[in-house]
Amino acid sequence: MSDHAVRRVRLVISHIALYLVAAAFLSPLVYMLATSFKRPDEVFGSPPSLFGSVFRWQNYTEAFEYLPFGRFVLNGFAVAVCGTLVVLVASATSAYAFSRLRWRGRDGVFLVFLATLMIPQEVLVVPMFMLMKWFGWVDSYQALIFPWAFTAFGTFMLRQFFLTIPEEMSESARIDGAGAVRVFTSIMLPLIRPALAVLAVFTFINFWNSFMWPLIIINSVDEKATVPLGLQMFFGQQGTQWNLIMAASVISMAPTAGLLILLQKHLVRGIATSGFGGR
Amino acid sequence: MHHDAKPPRLRRDGRAAALFAGPSLIGLTLFTLFPIVLSLVMAFFQWPAVGERTFNGLENFATLFTDPVFRRALLNTLLFVVLYLPLNLIVSVGLAVWMGPRIKGRKALRVVFFLPVVTPMVANAVVWRMIYQPNGLIDGSLYAATGTHAPNFLGEQGWAMFAVVAMSVWQGFGYNMLVFSAALDAIPRHLLEAAQIDGAGPWRQFFRIMLPMISPALFFATTMTLITSFQIFTQPFLMTGGGPGNDTETLMMFVFDKGFSIYQFGLASAGAWIVFVLILGVTAVQFAGQRKWVNYDV
Repeated sequence: MSDHAVRRVRLVISHIALYLVAAAFLSPLVYMLATSFKRPDEVFGSPPSLFGSVFRWQNYTEAFEYLPFGRFVLNGFAVAVCGTLVVLVASATSAYAFSRLRWRGRDGVFLVFLATLMIPQEVLVVPMFMLMKWFGWVDSYQALIFPWAFTAFGTFMLRQFFLTIPEEMSESARIDGAGAVRVFTSIMLPLIRPALAVLAVFTFINFWNSFMWPLIIINSVDEKATVPLGLQMFFGQQGTQWNLIMAASVISMAPTAGLLILLQKHLVRGIATSGFGGR
Repeated sequence: MHHDAKPPRLRRDGRAAALFAGPSLIGLTLFTLFPIVLSLVMAFFQWPAVGERTFNGLENFATLFTDPVFRRALLNTLLFVVLYLPLNLIVSVGLAVWMGPRIKGRKALRVVFFLPVVTPMVANAVVWRMIYQPNGLIDGSLYAATGTHAPNFLGEQGWAMFAVVAMSVWQGFGYNMLVFSAALDAIPRHLLEAAQIDGAGPWRQFFRIMLPMISPALFFATTMTLITSFQIFTQPFLMTGGGPGNDTETLMMFVFDKGFSIYQFGLASAGAWIVFVLILGVTAVQFAGQRKWVNYDV
């Protein structure tokens, strides 16, 4: 065989092996999807089967009846959308102030901002709970939205993007008499729209998936739980209904998976340029 | 000329800056700076959720270090980090290299490997419990194939932590993989081609060119993954509840338990600060060591 042919065969084998790895990797999620359509008595078995004897769509409707899961989904959307809006406004305005406005102490304050990125949530949850008690916010939607909406990450990321905009663009407008607010809304914001979109999507995902904080701060779970907390409630019920939990899990991952698939190009680039997210 | 004396560079935007930076500064002060200070104060108090608070010096820390559960949680967390970090890096670097530009469908594959990262951890943990438990996916398959049962991964001593680590790697590495993929794509093609012409095999290319070229990304990913892995909570909380015994009890679970099951805020804060100092220490070592292996002159 020629050198070229050997390389060709190697490449084909490499493809096949990689696809097999990817399939194995996906199997837990396939298992989730498959179980979400099974009858309760067919969930477990040896050998495990991909399909039950029937295709049980009702699991999905029953998941909504078994617990107020529709309520959890609505709560989740409301909290994630509000939280994302707060993050976008706070990050964009402060990023502008830290990159294109001139004021005394700017760089020192920015360093403090950056330093807070090092603080783990672990240290903050207990005093945050205390703070929520003083505010009278325990078991409230505000407590789900505001406490974690002011992290420095959005500011840091958007500032990077503002800095890539040539200073002449905003400066010439300022000299022509436009105020800082005008320059921000009509020149700067439109130019960083892609970065805003990436920040919005990741923030939405973080709010949607957040588990520990809702677990701490929400007591009236039936009324105020978001999706992960609601999902955990299925566990607490007597005789775990695995097929219903799996249906609920599929619902819980649908919005974020949808966003990922729809916006993959932008998200991948967002991670590449800013090192976003992080688990 | 007079307006030369005051060029636009010296313009001050103090009032606009207050307006623009205000919301963020207030939010960050209220929800990050104030709590971090409060947390440090609480660590030196006996601070129940309701009732009298009393200053008790270092007693909280003394209590923690004599508490076998805390010591176990500390060890478990270190064990988790020591296992999780290298596994995560090896898998993510390996797959990023494997999924080079000659692989067809690499964009779709990236999405596949990233999927669990954006899925609620609760959903991931629930399905992995089904996979691990007796009669679950692994046990069911093994029994059908060989007639012997698999260990009870989440319920048996010696297995539970490894099960938690494996699930966590599955769930988390996609993020680092994307970071490395982007870094690898940024390596100039001619560098690798030149090495190939000089007769460098794939391993040599990997160690001599790829690894040094992605070292800034590697440093970034290592630091971030270290910080987050010290805070491991959701996976053991949902899959094992810290068991069997205290085998998978982590520091964050300990803090959660002291804080929100028995409402000993002082003790919980002291525990949280021990984790924080640990994270700071490890990160400092990372930064100090980076000169030796991180290559920024590209």
